[in-house]
Amino acid sequence: MRWIKKIAFWLLLAVITVYTLFPFYWAIVSSLKTGSSLFEVDPWPKEAAWSNYSAVFTAQPFGQNILNSVIVATAVVVLSLLLGLTASFALARIEFRGRSLLLLMVLGVSMFPQIAVLSGMFELVRWLGFYNKLPALIVSNLILTLPFTVWVLTTFMRELPKELEEAAIVDGATPATIVFRVFLPLLGPAMATTGLLAFISAWNEFLFALTFTQSDSVRTVPVAIALFSGGSAFETPWGLIMAASVIVTVPLVVLVLIFQRKIVSGLTAGAVKG
Amino acid sequence: MTSPTTPIAASAVTGAPEPPPSALIRQRTRAAWIFLTPTLIAMALVAGWPLARTFWFAFTDANLTDLGASQFVGLESLKYVLEDPDWWTTVWTTFRFAFVSVFLETLLGLIIALSLNAHFRGRAVLRAAVLVPWAIPTVVSARMWAWMFNDIYGVINAIFLKLGLINEALAWTAEPGLSFVAVVAVDVWKTTPFMALLILAALQMLPGDIYEAAKIDGAGPIRSFFQVTLPLLRGPLMVAIIFRMLDALRVFDVFFVLTGGSTDTMPMAGYARQRMFEYQEIGVGSASASLLFAIIALFTAVYMVVGRVKLTGD
Repeated sequence: MRWIKKIAFWLLLAVITVYTLFPFYWAIVSSLKTGSSLFEVDPWPKEAAWSNYSAVFTAQPFGQNILNSVIVATAVVVLSLLLGLTASFALARIEFRGRSLLLLMVLGVSMFPQIAVLSGMFELVRWLGFYNKLPALIVSNLILTLPFTVWVLTTFMRELPKELEEAAIVDGATPATIVFRVFLPLLGPAMATTGLLAFISAWNEFLFALTFTQSDSVRTVPVAIALFSGGSAFETPWGLIMAASVIVTVPLVVLVLIFQRKIVSGLTAGAVKG
Repeated sequence: MTSPTTPIAASAVTGAPEPPPSALIRQRTRAAWIFLTPTLIAMALVAGWPLARTFWFAFTDANLTDLGASQFVGLESLKYVLEDPDWWTTVWTTFRFAFVSVFLETLLGLIIALSLNAHFRGRAVLRAAVLVPWAIPTVVSARMWAWMFNDIYGVINAIFLKLGLINEALAWTAEPGLSFVAVVAVDVWKTTPFMALLILAALQMLPGDIYEAAKIDGAGPIRSFFQVTLPLLRGPLMVAIIFRMLDALRVFDVFFVLTGGSTDTMPMAGYARQRMFEYQEIGVGSASASLLFAIIALFTAVYMVVGRVKLTGD
């Protein structure tokens, strides 16, 4: 009876593992197949062909697309962290009238459906002269990452010991000194976690990137992958698409595996505690 | 600005007209607003203003080619949306999608979280593995699955045929009924990890002695799950479900990548975007986007009421 239970449990774990990893595994396998072997359902490529991986960069401006995504996501993260750090200090550590209203506002904005700001944002982007340029995506992505960053940093900032701040105040430290000299060093891990989560959401953003860019060379990775198409309307270059998918996924998977614990605490701080 | 009670009380004791706490409090309040200003300006620019413009466009006949030439038409655009059967198809699709996928995610998330909560060797590895789908961009996972769902060369048809579950290959992404299944499959795969982690976090905060007590009372694992675990998980579970519902209602990318632009399988956000940028009818598109916003706002209000306990708790 005992070992039946044990086997059932391990079977369940095996099913969970296969379920979560198989699509990714299948993308890797498919990306290594070319020509007709791509269209045979083989659990293993007969011989690994790397041509899809080089073709992604020659047949498409995929290198440029990756660079675009890196630029946009990095800029968005830096801006969000800079703005979020000071704002979250105010929201987490200072009592002032209107604080809970502001917190509710931040939470509310983080739940905006992107589509609700799309036409207004389009007008803003065009007015700023950013249409079909990367700054359009940097500006618009802030609506996703800024409220989130403020919210999560506020939760982390609340947990810092009160005594530390009091000692600094006694020493005559101004709020700015407290934020940058006392708290910032302690917040390193929290900033890294929040920044990583913001990076992932900016990296994955699709609707704004699809709407505010037009030319292949300005597209970010998700849009490029979504719009990859073959020579004719009936021919989808699956090998290329899978190669591209693997290329953009591997760094994310590595990051997530390294920062696994931190990510979980960041996610729960952002969602459950809210 | 200063609190009305403390200065008086403090000066009554010390006799000083301006005790240090109030000066400090004033300094800190001022700092708070200075610290908040850049963020507030940024939020007003990227959230407040565009949202207000979208609401305004909803009452106009704005056209993409010349936004400046739009005329105020009152409720005409809204009326158009509400009388458009295509809109109601997308409403039905979106809600069906949200309920079905959030239900499945919760169920699977619960199973995965309970398994990961047990002690076994390699738990850390499995916990990391479960996070992988969450890390993959939605567009990428949609394309991975689209390939697996391919009608002729897809691995899913091949497996199902081999297992005898189906007699002939199915066109998963072409037929509305099947593509709905495909979209749900992708979304469930991608977001179950999120659900599982939230539930797992809640599980690990449950006090162990309750289980001891339940065991002494003779409760088996199934009974203690339904009578101890589930009631204790109710709060966190509710928050997670509403959080995911909000996400599911504004869905766009999975549908766009997997099913293209067919109205039979389009979410509300897809309808709004199609009106705005393919038909160039910013007015009608904005009206439908505003409707979606109202729905989400309603859910957000519920979320805030549910989450309130913890928001002001600490």
